[in-house]
Amino acid sequence: MLKFYTKRCKGCGICAYFCPRGVLEITELNKSAIKAGKENDCISCGQCEMRCPDYAIFVKKEGA
Amino acid sequence: MKSMEELVDFYFRPNRLPHLWCPGCGNGVVLGALLKAIDAENLAKDDVAIISGIGCSSRASGYVDFNTANTLHGRALPISTGLKMARPELNVITLSGDGDCSAIGGNHLIHAARRNIGLTLVVFNNSIYGMTGGQYSPLTPVGKKATTAPYLTIEPSFDILALAQAAGATFTARATTYHVPVLVDVLRKGIRHEGFSIIEVVTGCPTNYGRQNQMGAPAKMMEWQKDHGVMKAAWDKMDEAAREGKFPIGVLSERKDLKEYTKAYDEVIARAQASVKEETA
Repeated sequence: MLKFYTKRCKGCGICAYFCPRGVLEITELNKSAIKAGKENDCISCGQCEMRCPDYAIFVKKEGA
Repeated sequence: MKSMEELVDFYFRPNRLPHLWCPGCGNGVVLGALLKAIDAENLAKDDVAIISGIGCSSRASGYVDFNTANTLHGRALPISTGLKMARPELNVITLSGDGDCSAIGGNHLIHAARRNIGLTLVVFNNSIYGMTGGQYSPLTPVGKKATTAPYLTIEPSFDILALAQAAGATFTARATTYHVPVLVDVLRKGIRHEGFSIIEVVTGCPTNYGRQNQMGAPAKMMEWQKDHGVMKAAWDKMDEAAREGKFPIGVLSERKDLKEYTKAYDEVIARAQASVKEETA
């Protein structure tokens, strides 16, 4: 499950670019968000969390 | 072990986010990796001092809840040296940028390395003076554009790790903001190392370096790091032609034969006290 801190996000697009499943996009408001129809595609790999320079996206492992 | 979210909540000073770095700036990744490394090494907040110079990267010290000081341009190392001499038990981590460390503070770098004082120096190398508007630094590669080199730079850049190694640094390592696990690993090793350790982190400046040099979006700059950073073990097996334009990452050199400076100074204190005792006896 992804957790967004939208206020911290500057829309650089690093998370969307490195997501191996294409789950993320940068919206018209210049913020990272889950693409429509991709809600269940996240595999919790943590690539976005690892490289987000703004600490704006975190991966919560299921059941944790 | 804390999750990244818990690390940010625990180590950041309250209400400091969002930070002031530009969209896509790699400095946030480096600071995050440093928090991971400090946490993994189980260091208490009070046992860590973070000293920085001046520049974009040096703003990092103000965000985190350790003993911190944002000092003078290029002079992070002398101030760290003074602190380490006064409080040798502290883990002193010095944050500096490429211009801060190699130009303005270039002399301090070689002498800190020569003394082998137990500091951990993290150099955020974004190949440019970002804060002041994109002037070229001694680490800007040759043939790149900068506001002070509109017709491309002609000066060869320093290999800052080779420079530090030649000056006597006992631990040198490099990582990038793409290779986060490598970065955390070398930071941990650098913190654990007893003498002077220097860690160069290749980080992207999309605003002032990437834009002038048509490197594309921040993610593209990070991908450039992925394509050009080669792990040390693979690098050693490559020939000259394959190495062209690339750089090794990981721990590049480590030696344990030199005495750490504060330990050597303890001996000076002991000798001085012994001679005073003789005189008064």
